[in-house]
Order: sequence, then C-alpha cells, then structure tokens
Amino acid sequence: MESLSNRKKVIEQKPMNFWERMYLPAIAKGLGITIRHFFKKIPTVKYPEEKRPYAKNFRGLHSLKRDEEGRERCTACGLCALSCPAEAITMTAAERTKGEESLYREEKYASVYEINMLRCIFCGLCEEACPKEAIYLDGPHVTASYLRKDFIYGKDKLVEPAFDIKKLNQEKAN
Amino acid sequence: MEGAFILEKLILVVIVFTISLVIAMYSTLAERKIAGFMQDRYGPNRAGFGGILQPLCDGGKFFFKEEIIPAGAHKALFVLGPTLAIITACISSAVIPWGQTLTFGDRVVTLQVADINVGVLYIFGVVALGVYGIMIGGWASNNKFSLMGAIRAASQSISYEIGMGLSIIALLMVSGTLSMSEIVAQQSGFVNWNIWVQPIGFLIFMTCAFAECNRVPFDLPECETELVGGYHTEYSSMKLGLYMFSEYINMFVSSALMAALYFGGYNFPFMYDLGLSQNWITIIGVLVFFIKIFGFIFFFMWIRWTLPRFRYDQLMNLGWKMLIPLAIANIVLTGIVTIIKDTYFS
Repeated sequence: MESLSNRKKVIEQKPMNFWERMYLPAIAKGLGITIRHFFKKIPTVKYPEEKRPYAKNFRGLHSLKRDEEGRERCTACGLCALSCPAEAITMTAAERTKGEESLYREEKYASVYEINMLRCIFCGLCEEACPKEAIYLDGPHVTASYLRKDFIYGKDKLVEPAFDIKKLNQEKAN
Repeated sequence: MEGAFILEKLILVVIVFTISLVIAMYSTLAERKIAGFMQDRYGPNRAGFGGILQPLCDGGKFFFKEEIIPAGAHKALFVLGPTLAIITACISSAVIPWGQTLTFGDRVVTLQVADINVGVLYIFGVVALGVYGIMIGGWASNNKFSLMGAIRAASQSISYEIGMGLSIIALLMVSGTLSMSEIVAQQSGFVNWNIWVQPIGFLIFMTCAFAECNRVPFDLPECETELVGGYHTEYSSMKLGLYMFSEYINMFVSSALMAALYFGGYNFPFMYDLGLSQNWITIIGVLVFFIKIFGFIFFFMWIRWTLPRFRYDQLMNLGWKMLIPLAIANIVLTGIVTIIKDTYFS
C-alpha cells in the first residue's frame, strides 16, 4: 500500500560484513562522536547563581493587581473561583467602609483571598475569567515547603506590593 | 645490601605508593568531569575551585558512613576481600620502570622499585591474585547475588587473563626478555616503539586490560541491573570505597603497563639528539611517561562514555572465540616474520 507520509522505512536485517563484525570502525566512530561533545560549549545553566529567564507565556504564581492609583482591583465577584477547574480559589467578600477609598477600587472587595497552590493547575482560566483584570499568573515558581498549610497563599503573598503613585508620576516626569 | 640502597628504594616505594593513591583519587574526579563534558554539562564543580576538593569530600563521606557486616557473613574473610583487592592493586606497580637513572654525585639511582628479570610474569601473577579479592568478598558476604557477581567476575578475569597472556607472548618474542626495564629500554626513540611491530597484540592487550580492570564495556562484575550490585552488594562505607579505589589504581597501573610495554614508556622522540644531560633526559622521560599514562586513563574514561556494556555471553564469546584465536594467530604471525627476518635480512 502506498504510504501516506512517505516516512515509512523498511527495516532490513542483512548479515553484517567483515568490518561491521570487527566493531572497530563503529567504535572509532562512536569515540569521534563523544570526543566532539567534549569540546562543545556547555549549555548548562549554573542554577543558583544564574537563572534562566522565564518564557513570555509562562504561567507562574498569581498576583492580584492594583490599579493606577494603587488600589486593589479585585471586587470579589467570584468569577475566578467559579471558573477554576481545580477549585483552588476561595474568597470572602467585604464592603468598603468610609476612609478606605484609597485602598479598594469598588464598594466590594475581598477581605480574604486564598489560593491553594497544591490544587492549582496553572491553567490560567482565572486570568481569563476576571472582568476587572485583577489577577494575572505572571509570577515565578511556587517555592517548596515542608508543610501543606504553607501552600495556601493568602492576600499577603498574592497582592502586588503597594506603590506610591505620586512618586512614580514624579519619576516619570523627571 | 647497604643502607643507602634500602633508603633509596624505600623513598621510591613511598613516592610510587603516594602517586598511585593520589592519581586514583583524582581519577574519580577526572572521570566525573570527563563524563560531564562528554554529556554537555559540568562535572562536580562545587567543592573547591572546579571541584578540586571533591575526592577529599568523597573520602570523608566514605569514612563516616555506617559500616555494616551482615550477620551471616564470615567476618575475617569479609574484611579480607577489599584488603586483598587494594593490596594487589598497589603492589603491581613495583616493577614498572618510571624513568632512566638519576645521578646524585657518584650515586646512580634507578627509577624502578624492583628490577627483577621476570617483571612481566610478576605483574601477571599479581593481577591474577586480584580476582581473589573480589571472589573472597563475594563469597564472604553470604549473599547469593554477591556470590553470583563474584563468580561472574572471576570467570571474566580468568578468561581475559588467557587472552592477555597470549597477546604478551608475541611481544616477548619480539623483545626477547621478561624484564620490564629491558623491554622499555629497547624502545628508545620513536621508531622502536612496540606498537609499530605489535599493533594487533596491543589491541588484544588493551581489550583484555579493560576487562581485567572491570571497566566499561566489560564491567560485568558490577551488575546493578541483574544482581543488585554485583560482588560488593553487601559492602558499605570505606570497604566499598576500597573496592572502587582498587579499580582506579588498577586502571592507573594498566595504563602504565600499556604505556611501558607498547608506547615506549619514558622514551620520547629525539631524546638523545637534544644534547641534554642524563638527569634532564630522565626527568623529561618521567614526565613523558606520565603524559602517556594520563592519555591512557583518559582513553579508559573516553571508552566508558562511548560504549554500552556487553551482555555476559557476548563477553565470553569475545574472550574465547575472538581474542584468544586472534592472539594465537598473532603469535604464529610474529614467529613467521621473525624467522623470515632472521634468515633473509640479517
């Protein structure tokens, strides 16, 4: 039958000739291959000192974003938790009180926001589900730990560090 | 025997002993480094500059590991196994001529521990004893896997001993002596090296040396896949370390042997045409000899990371059906050529 891909190879098992039975030419060839590797540039990354940059589309640790004025974007709508196939995200919503306008963008915010990193499969569906562009998987790897409870990441680990918007604007102007 | 002679030999023994231990130590590092480079990675590079302290760390680790002697083992023989292995490995370097003579005032010092006239036979005898270390160790462990590993090792060593002995006979027919110093002295310069007259013999000798040292592709005594670990399954801490160490010393000694028997030992091209004094020729000769030895050690490691391991029946086939007939043919060929040369060209 005609092969569809033309990549089919017929294996032939003809008896080895004298030189093949001697093995020496094959050994010499093999030695040539290994010695070539001896002089090659080594692609190894010396890990703890030298780190390889992540790929652009790498999905790592989640971070909860802030808006231009440094307020938390998340409104605790729960869409991320709903879209999560591993059910790793839990949250508790709370209402913004007076005086907290500089902390949270909308009237509702997440007082508790937890992601269980042992459950998370880093699919990125939370990122896609979020209507407020509040969650992104743009961090590094999850670090190792001895205790299971250390893998439940709360807001202390997830929310972007606060920044002073005035200072940033000033720096931009300069 | 005068005191100075004994002192001189004693110093030489200590130096040779130290050198072979240090080379064996650093062979372990070199092996891992070479393995790394051949597999496109760095070898050990954490301990000291470029991993230079790695052998010391390994040694320290070996000494501090828990030492276990199985309950059913024969204690004395269990300890004797690695001892015998390391002793036979160490004493085989006694007859290797490391260089010519050094002159201090009116005292002429030969750089060879024992210049006996049956040097080659001595080495063969000692190397053959080496298998007792493995055999006793495997038997004393009271473990059937160890015993089977030991039996494999013993039969491999004995099989390849024959090929090795036969390959050397052709060389002895050419050189006409059993004395190591005499064989090396005959190969002065470059054109007289035995490799040019005995290439087949060298090939057989080298293959058998690989098998005798239990190196890849003939490292069947250690068989992690079939027999847990081979003859040293029950060994731990420094007793295992001694077995491994003796393997590396064996590698060093057989490299020295190959360099001495076939590659001219301390001889180097144009050694008498440079107008150097005898002491300088000797010193350069020793260095050249060590360069050759290191070359062979590198070759051992190079082969290790190139060739896969033999299957046991393939190993026996190669030993008995290929190398031994080839060695005998080489003897006959050498004999014919010698007769023709003596009758028509002398």
